[in-house]
Amino acid sequence: MNSREITTQISKAADFLNLKKWDYGASFSNDYSVQVDKGEAKQLKASQKQILTIRVWNQSNLVGITTTSDISESGIKKALKQANIASDFGNKNESTEFSPLAKDPIKVKEVKKRNPVGIKKLLTILRGAEVKLLESHESIKSVPYNGLSESFFERVYANSEGAFRSYSKSQAALYLYARAEEKNKKPRSSGSVKLGYGADDIDIESCIKEASNKTISHLNYSSIKTDKYLICFSPESFLTIINAFSSMFNARSIIDGVSLSNKNSIGEKLSTEALNIYDDGLHEKNISSSPFDGEGTPTKRLCLINRGRIKNFIHSESTARIFKTTPTGHAGLGSKVSVSPDWIVVEKSEENFDLKKSLDHSTYEGEFVYIEELNAIHAGVRASQGSFSLPFDGWLYKNGNKISIESATVAGDIKYLLKNIVNIESSQELTTSGISPHIWVDELSITGDA
Amino acid sequence: MLSSQIKSNEIIFGSCNKDLLEEIIFYGIGLGADFVEIFIENTDNSSVLAEEDFITSVSPSFGRGAGIRIFKGQKDGFVSTNDLTKHGLMRSVSQAIEMLDITDNKREVFNGLNKHRDYSLSKTKWINEVPSIHEISEKLLVSTKSLKKNNKIITRKGSYSRNLQEVIIASSDGTYVSDIRLHQTVGLNVIASDAQYRSSGSRRFGSSGMPNEFRLWDHEKAANDVFESSMNMLYADYVDAGQMPVVLANKFGGVIFHEACGHLLETTQIERGTTPFENKLNEKIAHESVTAIDEGISEGSFGSLSVDDEGMEPEKSVLIKDGILKKFISDRAGELRTGHKRTGSGRRQNYSFAAASRMRNTYIAKGEHSKEDLINSISEGLYCKSMGGGSVGATGQFNFAVEEGYLIKNGKLTSPVKGATLIGEAKEVMPKISMCGNDLELAPGFCGSISGSVNVTVGQPHIKVDSITVGGR
Repeated sequence: MNSREITTQISKAADFLNLKKWDYGASFSNDYSVQVDKGEAKQLKASQKQILTIRVWNQSNLVGITTTSDISESGIKKALKQANIASDFGNKNESTEFSPLAKDPIKVKEVKKRNPVGIKKLLTILRGAEVKLLESHESIKSVPYNGLSESFFERVYANSEGAFRSYSKSQAALYLYARAEEKNKKPRSSGSVKLGYGADDIDIESCIKEASNKTISHLNYSSIKTDKYLICFSPESFLTIINAFSSMFNARSIIDGVSLSNKNSIGEKLSTEALNIYDDGLHEKNISSSPFDGEGTPTKRLCLINRGRIKNFIHSESTARIFKTTPTGHAGLGSKVSVSPDWIVVEKSEENFDLKKSLDHSTYEGEFVYIEELNAIHAGVRASQGSFSLPFDGWLYKNGNKISIESATVAGDIKYLLKNIVNIESSQELTTSGISPHIWVDELSITGDA
Repeated sequence: MLSSQIKSNEIIFGSCNKDLLEEIIFYGIGLGADFVEIFIENTDNSSVLAEEDFITSVSPSFGRGAGIRIFKGQKDGFVSTNDLTKHGLMRSVSQAIEMLDITDNKREVFNGLNKHRDYSLSKTKWINEVPSIHEISEKLLVSTKSLKKNNKIITRKGSYSRNLQEVIIASSDGTYVSDIRLHQTVGLNVIASDAQYRSSGSRRFGSSGMPNEFRLWDHEKAANDVFESSMNMLYADYVDAGQMPVVLANKFGGVIFHEACGHLLETTQIERGTTPFENKLNEKIAHESVTAIDEGISEGSFGSLSVDDEGMEPEKSVLIKDGILKKFISDRAGELRTGHKRTGSGRRQNYSFAAASRMRNTYIAKGEHSKEDLINSISEGLYCKSMGGGSVGATGQFNFAVEEGYLIKNGKLTSPVKGATLIGEAKEVMPKISMCGNDLELAPGFCGSISGSVNVTVGQPHIKVDSITVGGR
């Protein structure tokens, strides 16, 4: 069944069950992936997936939902019946409606259509990448985590008031994580991830080079003294921390009492006036962009922090209604509609007079810790309390030399971190989760060799 | 007549599918596969969320699909699909064969499927015996009400989820089994706040194969436990970082062994060359007080199974005996690629993942000491009463958050501390577990890895680690 046929089928079945109001989200995908181990194909995978989520409103305007992978006529009928039963338990405390923007025009990025290159070609590319990475340095003994995948999918949203929107796209990903070993030293590991619209678009050479350089750069390591340090966050690590604490901008989290912000936090000063943060799902560099969210609301660029102050929250339909504003295109369809950011863009504003511009990660000669990548986010972040304690990969820069840090964690409080930003470098870098410059923060605790 | 023709062309749960499954396997073997495995599932799940005094989410879901795995030598191709017709399954077999690029003329022999082993016979009524949404909702609301013990509690949540999975597994070695699995979990969470102070508390409970378990769950005791934890931590200071002895509490304290050591004993880690224990069989890798077990047979435990996802009954595997490494956790691919015998540990989240060697109920066996013995033996250290999540890096370094911690001074528990993380490497920490308590208890959890998220149990008695890095401020 295609998406138009599904819509017709749901409409018919809903009429039969006397359900006047419904909407649905569906996705259909074909995925292909390969992994290799020293030149041999390790696991080759293909999958065809379909997922349908239907919401119905009963006569008391309470919402019920069901999700299924059975998109047959009988599966759709069963899903509607189950959703109808679930609606008896719908949330009486907070109503849900269609997004008022579900029929607004959407911006679909024009991307050349890619076709699957096939498992054999994926395998050939990955084998070649593994060989080159192994040959790049004598200490690199294996590439234990590697994979190349392609995904082709279609997403649909439709409702009983005639909204219907869909888009198709493709995405490919290559990841290479190398392991280096040297005599009488601990093994060291690092890697790189690259995305593209198709396998042929991925910059394989830069992925190999990045994985190799990162891994080799950690071979010469030492422990670090537990203390407070001047920190330089790489673009990737700063975006990781902003995403981990994105509940500060999330209206759903605010309503649920799990955010550091509250309804009156718009305008609150969080950081230096030099800091601007946007959520920009439609950014031209965002390969994972989606033109609409789970409720059909168009995706758009939204300013979250302007000159250091909270400017906007991200919303679903119901949170927007509670906050007396419009949905922002950040909803995920579910029994309880979730809200999450798309793609974060960090910028230096024009009000950047208070920054210490001499702090530049490529030229600064004083002592500082460079945090390349933060790990174990799910374990080390207490978003509702604002605290974090995270292991990281990085280097200690001292007297013009840099040495990889053997094993350490960085701990602190997000509000303290944002308030103590002392420089935002000028040049932005593209990562898989957004765009950011290097960000310098004064006085964060590092636990290393006590 | 028409009805039987339709049935023979599609997998029907609750019916005999032997002819169709044999036809699919013959097809794969005929195309040159060394081994063909078919995993088919039908799921019926639901979850309920109560926040404060309202039910805010009821989410039923159902689905079905098949995962087909073909081996040629040590290579394997895996295809998953929602299409359970003969045509759909054959197309998946063809796709897997094509991926493997099989060109030789060697043909394995398939002698048909063995007699059906049906583990589901006593379980077909479970779907009617589990609590209804109405019953679940009522109990969750009573539970969240129980959490409202003072005005410092600003957020109260109760969540329940039930997964019912019906599986059929058939493979070219003759394996032909069916089973029904039931898992239920319930969790309580609070956030407490007073001026600038904030804390949280959470506990999760879970069972397998016990339809009545949620009805028997002592929500009042659980609510008291979560409330006390959040109150104890509300005004806690941040812990000072350093190297110190720690006592890890029983139950979920076992998550460290699971993450830091258990994963390194899975054959998938040998295949990758990422475990330091690869060549250490029958060598000492831990303190002699440590015996560690992984099994899938404890009745009702969250990680228990009647049969694994490759059709093998789970065994009780003694991984470490008195500090000596005795066994690895292995699945079919692990046995093929590393030589370690299968242990009934081939597991997957669902049909869209190929099975891999995964832990089930994993715990450190009890010792002879009391909890007080362990604490009394420390002059300055940390007691980790409740652990949060953690992770293990590619080189074996682990990092775990301590949700509820107390300083130990002169053999006594003193003030609560927050913000602690435990940092180390299994190879270095295992020999430092010098004392094991006599109070082994298990706790449910979810483990995410190569074959998705699976239900597991972690556990241990109270244990003492002589020295570990504690991260703080």
